[in-house]
Amino acid sequence: MEKLIIFLPLVAAIASGFFGKYIGNKASQIITTLFVTLSALLSIYIFYDVVFNNYSNNIIIAKWITSGLLDVNWGIKIDQLSAVMLVVVTFVSAIVHVYSIGYMSHDPHQPRFMSYLSLFTFSMLVLVTSDNFLQLFFGWEGVGLCSYFLIGFWFKKPTANAAAIKAFVVNRVGDFGFALGIFLIFYIFGSVNYDEVFNQSSLYVNTKVNFLSLELNVINLICFLLFIGAMGKSAQIFLHTWLPDAMEGPTPVSALIHAATMVTAGVFLVVRCSPIFEYSPIVLNFITVIGMSTALFAATIALVQNDIKKIIAYSTCSQLGYMFFATGVGAYNIAMFHLFTHAFFKALLFLGAGSVIHSFNDEQNINKMGGVYKHLPYTYILMIIGTLALTGFPFLSGFYSKDLIIEYAFLKGNTFGYYACAIGIITAVLTSIYSWRLIIKTFHGEFNNKAMSISAIHDSPKVMLIPLFFLAIGSIFAGFVFKDLFLSKGSFIDFWGGSIFFLEPLSNKHPPAYILYLTPILVTISIPLSYYLFLKNKSIIEGLVNSNKPVYQFLKNKWYFDELYEVIFIKSSKYLGKYFWKKIDGLVIDRFGPDGLSSLFKYFSIKASKFQTGFIYQYAFVMLIGFSIILTIIIIE
Amino acid sequence: MNFPILSSLIIFPTVGAIFILFGRSSSNYNAAKYISLFVSLANFILSIFLWYEFDKNNSGFQFVEERLWLEGLINYKIGIDGISILFIILTTFITPLCIISVNSTIKNRLKDFLIAILVMETMMIGVFCSLDLVIFYLFFEAGLIPMFLIIGIWGGQRRVYSAFKFFLYTLLGSVLMLVAIISIYWITGTTDVIKLYELGIDAKYQHLLWLAFFSSFAVKTPMWPVHTWLPDAHVEAPTAGSVLLAAILLKMAGYGFIRFSVGLFPIASEYFVSFIFVLSLIAIIYTSLVALMQEDMKKLIAYSSVAHMGFVTMGIFTMTPEGIEGSIFQMISHGIISAALFLCVGVVYERTHTREISKYGGIVSVMPRYAVVFMVFTLGALGLPGTTGFIGEFLILLGTFKVNFVVATIASLGVILGAAYMLWLYRRIVFGEITNTELNKLVDLNKSEMTTLSILAIASILFGFYPDPLLSTTTTSVESLIELFNSNIKLYTASNL
Repeated sequence: MEKLIIFLPLVAAIASGFFGKYIGNKASQIITTLFVTLSALLSIYIFYDVVFNNYSNNIIIAKWITSGLLDVNWGIKIDQLSAVMLVVVTFVSAIVHVYSIGYMSHDPHQPRFMSYLSLFTFSMLVLVTSDNFLQLFFGWEGVGLCSYFLIGFWFKKPTANAAAIKAFVVNRVGDFGFALGIFLIFYIFGSVNYDEVFNQSSLYVNTKVNFLSLELNVINLICFLLFIGAMGKSAQIFLHTWLPDAMEGPTPVSALIHAATMVTAGVFLVVRCSPIFEYSPIVLNFITVIGMSTALFAATIALVQNDIKKIIAYSTCSQLGYMFFATGVGAYNIAMFHLFTHAFFKALLFLGAGSVIHSFNDEQNINKMGGVYKHLPYTYILMIIGTLALTGFPFLSGFYSKDLIIEYAFLKGNTFGYYACAIGIITAVLTSIYSWRLIIKTFHGEFNNKAMSISAIHDSPKVMLIPLFFLAIGSIFAGFVFKDLFLSKGSFIDFWGGSIFFLEPLSNKHPPAYILYLTPILVTISIPLSYYLFLKNKSIIEGLVNSNKPVYQFLKNKWYFDELYEVIFIKSSKYLGKYFWKKIDGLVIDRFGPDGLSSLFKYFSIKASKFQTGFIYQYAFVMLIGFSIILTIIIIE
Repeated sequence: MNFPILSSLIIFPTVGAIFILFGRSSSNYNAAKYISLFVSLANFILSIFLWYEFDKNNSGFQFVEERLWLEGLINYKIGIDGISILFIILTTFITPLCIISVNSTIKNRLKDFLIAILVMETMMIGVFCSLDLVIFYLFFEAGLIPMFLIIGIWGGQRRVYSAFKFFLYTLLGSVLMLVAIISIYWITGTTDVIKLYELGIDAKYQHLLWLAFFSSFAVKTPMWPVHTWLPDAHVEAPTAGSVLLAAILLKMAGYGFIRFSVGLFPIASEYFVSFIFVLSLIAIIYTSLVALMQEDMKKLIAYSSVAHMGFVTMGIFTMTPEGIEGSIFQMISHGIISAALFLCVGVVYERTHTREISKYGGIVSVMPRYAVVFMVFTLGALGLPGTTGFIGEFLILLGTFKVNFVVATIASLGVILGAAYMLWLYRRIVFGEITNTELNKLVDLNKSEMTTLSILAIASILFGFYPDPLLSTTTTSVESLIELFNSNIKLYTASNL
C-alpha cells in the first residue's frame, strides 16, 4: 500500500506527460487527479493506522548505490512524522489537482501541467518517506526540479524563466550545504541511513574535526550544514530571494509547492534530524535567530507590497520563520503542528487569490482591485476564513499552532527564547495588518480597475470553489481537532514515539496568562484597526509613508537583497568568467602555449630559410669561416 | 577462454573498414553505411557478451591473450579487469550511435569518414585492453590520427588551426610518455603491466616517470592549463567527431591515470596528490565560470567537459574506493551525457547552421520532442539525482571529503555553477519567444535522431536509478588497486624509517 501511495502519482505523471497528446486534456486531468486522490485516501488510511494502531514500517524497494562503505537503498519509511507529511502532501496535492482543472482550462499545455504536478507529488513523497539522507536528497532535488518546471511553466515569459533559474540556483546554494552535511555524516558515521546515524549521534557529541585549521565540533558542523540546505528550500533570510520571484508560476503551483509542501521540506528536515540537532544547542540557537529574523523581516516587506501573490509569498516566508524558531527552541512537534495547519490556510489563501486573479483576467496588483466582495461572495468568504486562520484569530487553526509556538519560545527560558517570543508576538500583529490590508484592498473600497467593468467580475467555477471549501474546513478545524495529537497530550500520549527525539522532555509548565492572551487580543484589535487605516482614513498611512520615505523604499525594495546579490554574485561571476576566458585562456595560455610555440617555430624556420640563399659564393664563404674557426681551435689546443 | 574475444573486438572494426575501403560502391554510400553499422553493432553485442562472461569477483586480469611480437622485447598482451571493461562497452556503445548520426551530418567523403570512425574504435578498444606499455602507447597515439583527420578534413572554417593545436598539444605530452616507457624498460627490463604491478618500480625513478605520463594524460583529460585545445577542437569538429572526442577519447586519459599513474607509480602519485587536487579545483571552478560566459553552444559544452573531467582527476587521486569508483562512473556518465549534448547541438546546427546561442530562443514551440530530450541531458550534466551525472559527482565528492574537507567544499561550489550555466544555456536556446524568424521553419527530431537520443536518455536515467550493474563491476578491481597502492606506500614508508 505504501508503494501505491508513492507510485500512483508517478504513473499519473508519466501517463499524462508522455501520452497527454494522445489521450487528450480531459483524460490526463482525470488520470492525474484520480491517482493523486487515491494516493491521498490511502495516506489518510495510513495516518489513521499510525495514530490508532501505532503502525510503522520500513520497506526496502531496491538497491541504489553501493560503493566502498556507502550502501544506500530506495526505501519507504512510515512512522508518525512521515505519516503526517504524507497526509499534508497528498491532501493538498489532490485539492490543487482538482482546482487546476478549472484554473488552467484556457491553457494550451494542460497535460504537461498536470504531469508536472503529479511528478512533484511523487518527488515530495519520496522525500518525506525516505529512510536515508541520500534518498531524501533525491527527493529534495526532485521537488526543486519540478518547482523549476512549474515556475517556468509559461516558458515564453522571460521573467518566468529567470525566476525558474533563480529558484533552482539559489536552492543549489542551499543544497551545497546540505550535500556537505551528508558527506560529513558519512565521514563520521560511515552510513547515511537514518537509523544508523541517529542511534550513534550521542557518541560523537565531543568529536572534533579540523576545517581550515579550525577545530569544530562535528555535531555542530553537521547540523549547521544541514540547516543551510533547509534555509535554501524553506526560503529563510539570505536564501529567500527565490520565493517571491517564484510567484511567476501559475497560482495552483504557488499553493501546492510554495506554500503547503515543498517549502516546508526544510522544517521537515530539521524535525527529522532532531536526534542530531538536539545535541547541538548552538545550532538550535542559530536556527532560532534565523527563524525569528525571517519571520519579522518577511512580514515587514509584506506590509508594503502590492502584488497579491507576493504578499502571500512573503507571508509564507514569515510563517516558515515561525516553524524554524519553534524547532530552534526544541518544540519540534509544534513546528510540525504549524506546518500542518499552515498547509491548509496558506493553500486556501493562495487558491483564493488565484480565484481573484482569475476573475480579474490575470491582474495581480491589489491597487487595481477593490469593491468586489459582492461580486465574488464565495471567494470573499473563503479568503476571510483563510486570513482569520493565518492571523491566529481565536479558535481557528492558526490560533492554536501559532500561539503554541510563542508559548514554547517563552518556556524555553533563555535569552533566545524570550526574544523569539517577543518577535513572534510582533510578527503576529504585522501578519494581521498586512493580511487585512490585502483583504480590504482587494474586496473593499472602490473598484479601481480601468481595464474591465465591475459587472464583468464574477465568481470562479465550482471546480475551483469546491476544493477551497475543503481547505476552509481544514483551516477552521485542523487546529482544534489535532492539537492534542501534535502535543502528544490526552488520549494521544506519546504520539510521536521515536520519530522525534527530545533530549529533555518539553516543559509542561504554563506561561503567564498575559502571554497567552496578548497575541489573540492584539490580533483581534488589528482587524478594526486595519479597516480604519486602509479604508476609512487612508491619510494616516500616506502621511506615515511620506514622512518615512527611506524606510518605505527600503521595504518596498525588499531590503535590497536582489540588488546586493546581483552585484556580489552574478556580476562578479560573469566578470570572472569573461576575464578567465578572454584574458587567461586567450592571452596567456594560448599566446605562450600552442600559438606562441608555433609562431616561435615559424620565426626560426623563416630565419633558417634565409640562410638558403642559393648562391654558391655565400655557401663557400660560410664554409671558409667555419673551417678557419675549427682550425684555430685545433691549433690553440 | 580459447576464443580470442578481445582481439576480435579490436580487429573487427578495422576489418569492416577494409571492406568499406575496397567496396565498389563509390557512388552509393548505403553499403558503406550498413557495413559500418553492422560491424559496430556486432561489436557492441560481442562486448555485452564479454561483460556477461566477465567474472566480477575476480580481481585479476581476465581474457588475457599474449603473443610474441618482438622476441624478448615486446609482447602483444591484452586483458581486462573491472576497470577497463566498462570503457570498452562505452566505446562499442557510442560508436554505432555515432554512425547513425553521421547519416545526416556528413555530406562529402562519407566513406572515408566511416573508415576513420571504425579505425578509431579499434584503437580505443586497444587502449583499454592493453597490458603492455608499448602496445598501449601504440594504440593511444594511433587513436589520435583518425581524430586529427576528422577535424582536419570534415571540420569547420578554422579546422586546420584547431587540428594543429590539437596535435601540437597531444604530441608534446606523448613524446615524454614514450621516453618514460623506454626508461621503464631500461630500469625493470619489461613493459608488461602485470609484471610491473608485481615488481614495482624503484621509488627514486617514480617521480620523473609519473610526470612524464602525467604530461601526456593531462593534455588529453584535459586538465587546466593545457585545456585550450579542447574547445577549439570541438567547435571545428563535425558532430560525430565531437561525440567521439568527448565520449571516448577524453576517457583514455582518465583510464591512464587509474591504470598507470596510480598503478605503476604509487609513491609518486601519493606525492603529487595536492598538485592534482589544485589543478582539478581550478579546472572545476575556472572552466565553469568560463562556460557561463560562452556564446557558442559547443564551446560551452566543451568547457563543461573540462569541469567534469576535473571531478574525475580529483576523484582518482583520493585513492578511496568511493572516489575511484565515482571517477569511473563519472567518466561513463560523461561519455553518455556529453555525447548526447553534442548530438543535441548537432541537431539544431544541421538545421540552422549556427551555433551562436543568441540566434536561438523559443524552439520548444517548434521542436517539443527535442526540448524534452535536451532537458534530460541538461539535467544529467548538472548532476541531478536520478541521472548518472549525480552518482559520479556524488561519489567523487564523498571520497574527496574523506581525504580533504577543503578541497571537497570548493569542488562542491562547482555544482552550483554547473546548474547555472546549463540551465541558462537551455533557457536561451529552448525557452522564450521565437525572435529569430528562421527558427519557425525548424522541424522536430527525425526518426534516427530520436532513436539515438532516446537510447542515450534511457541509459542516463536507468543507470541513475540503478547504477549497480556498473558499480559492482568495478568494485573488486578498484579494491585490489587500492590495496596495491596502500601496500606500496606502507613498504616505502617502512623502508624510510
